[in-house]
Amino acid sequence: MGEAIVVTSGKGGVGKTTTSANLGTALALLGRKVCMVDTDIGLRNLDVVMGLENRIIYDLCDVADGRCRLNQALVKDKRFEELYMLPAAQTKDKNAISPEQVRDIILELKKEFEYVIIDCPAGIEQGFKNAIAGADQAIVVTTPENAAVRDADRIIGLLENSHIESPKLVINRIRHNMVKSGEMLDIDEIIQVLAIDLIGIVPDDEHVIKAANSGEPTVMNPDSRAAIAYRNIARRIVGDTVPLMLLDGKPGMFKRMKKFFGMG
Amino acid sequence: MGTTKQHHVTIKGMKDGLVFLLDDTCEFTALIQDLQYKLEHSHQNILTGPIMHVDVKLGARAVSDAEKEEILNILKQKGNLLIRSIESDEPVNVSASENEMKIMTGVVRSGQVLHHVGNLLFLGDVNPGGTVNCTGDIYVMGALRGTAHAGFEGNVDAIIAASYFSPTQLRIADVISRPPDEWEIKESNMEFAYLQEGNMQIDKIQNIARLRKDTHIFKGV
Repeated sequence: MGEAIVVTSGKGGVGKTTTSANLGTALALLGRKVCMVDTDIGLRNLDVVMGLENRIIYDLCDVADGRCRLNQALVKDKRFEELYMLPAAQTKDKNAISPEQVRDIILELKKEFEYVIIDCPAGIEQGFKNAIAGADQAIVVTTPENAAVRDADRIIGLLENSHIESPKLVINRIRHNMVKSGEMLDIDEIIQVLAIDLIGIVPDDEHVIKAANSGEPTVMNPDSRAAIAYRNIARRIVGDTVPLMLLDGKPGMFKRMKKFFGMG
Repeated sequence: MGTTKQHHVTIKGMKDGLVFLLDDTCEFTALIQDLQYKLEHSHQNILTGPIMHVDVKLGARAVSDAEKEEILNILKQKGNLLIRSIESDEPVNVSASENEMKIMTGVVRSGQVLHHVGNLLFLGDVNPGGTVNCTGDIYVMGALRGTAHAGFEGNVDAIIAASYFSPTQLRIADVISRPPDEWEIKESNMEFAYLQEGNMQIDKIQNIARLRKDTHIFKGV
């Protein structure tokens, strides 16, 4: 039985879909069998970020209403053999599906896949309830802004009152120079308020925008610092111990050692 | 089933009807069983016939609305029983005695409201967007970053104290105050807020003894 992880945030635009796409791809890079599920019915994006928009035939609502079998609706990724996506419907709204229906679909997917990554819509209404219904774990994405942290706090409160235990935190779009000059909330401050485990930090990186526009997840580009950050998070999800990324851009311990031994 | 050894239900005849005395020490299910048994098997003679007024006395048992409904439904099975009243002497929660302190733990997150009748010692943080309402004093052992309302029902003597005092807004009784317009937050001292002639005042926790003459003050030797 696989594991279903919902990626949520409360606030819009903090990088839920980007995180879902990159974590899904990074897990596939690690050789895991992964399915990503877009639950943002009416405003689906995951397919665009993954560059799979033109391959969609059926969607989540079609599966829920029995218009097709689950396997028919799964879109296979163009890069990986064992990476799939279940797209959301674009022509309906969040009320077109119930949490019970989503839970049954996720349960079905967990039989076949090692990881099911659920991309949650913004907000705390029906769409959120649908998204968390089938999840075993949650990743809360926030950015170093007061509004995003406030919403993340609200979401964590709701998650703690649901069946999901101890959500994990991803802090996205950190700008090291702004944190250093005190213009941006720093990581410790955010963790102190939210009081949940940190599973990763992702620096702000222009590659992410470029990659999303070209339908190629950032993690595929090893030159991008955000890509490394997402890969690290994926490794932590599968149970590896990976130290937090150094934000100041200085080469890490490993690189310095390599240099020392004349390999770098 | 059927043979209930202990009697949990006592039926008494009064001048103008029947009184059902329900035991308040047994399990609720046992009580229901006995009630059902008595209505269906014994006491047939008084339970069929002319219309009777019934008073149900629950003793000191605390019953929920659903449980009350259950009792009434059983009695209603007998068409001739007209329920006039259902009473319990459940001790009414007198707004928790003055000096008693309730201890709670957790995190009050954005959008969550913690309401308490009496004084509260909260071990944990109150985050921005979170609210603690209390009819008495509020002591937060942790960070108070959200809103706190002490003396919720108008007690102007209530205070708000926190280990890390950085609230979004403070309310005591009807007085509302917010930093930094009205007072400044200094470095994370343990502070408390109180009312003085209708104005919110903030002071170091060490000075609480000047305000609270009534609490037990340690004087040393």
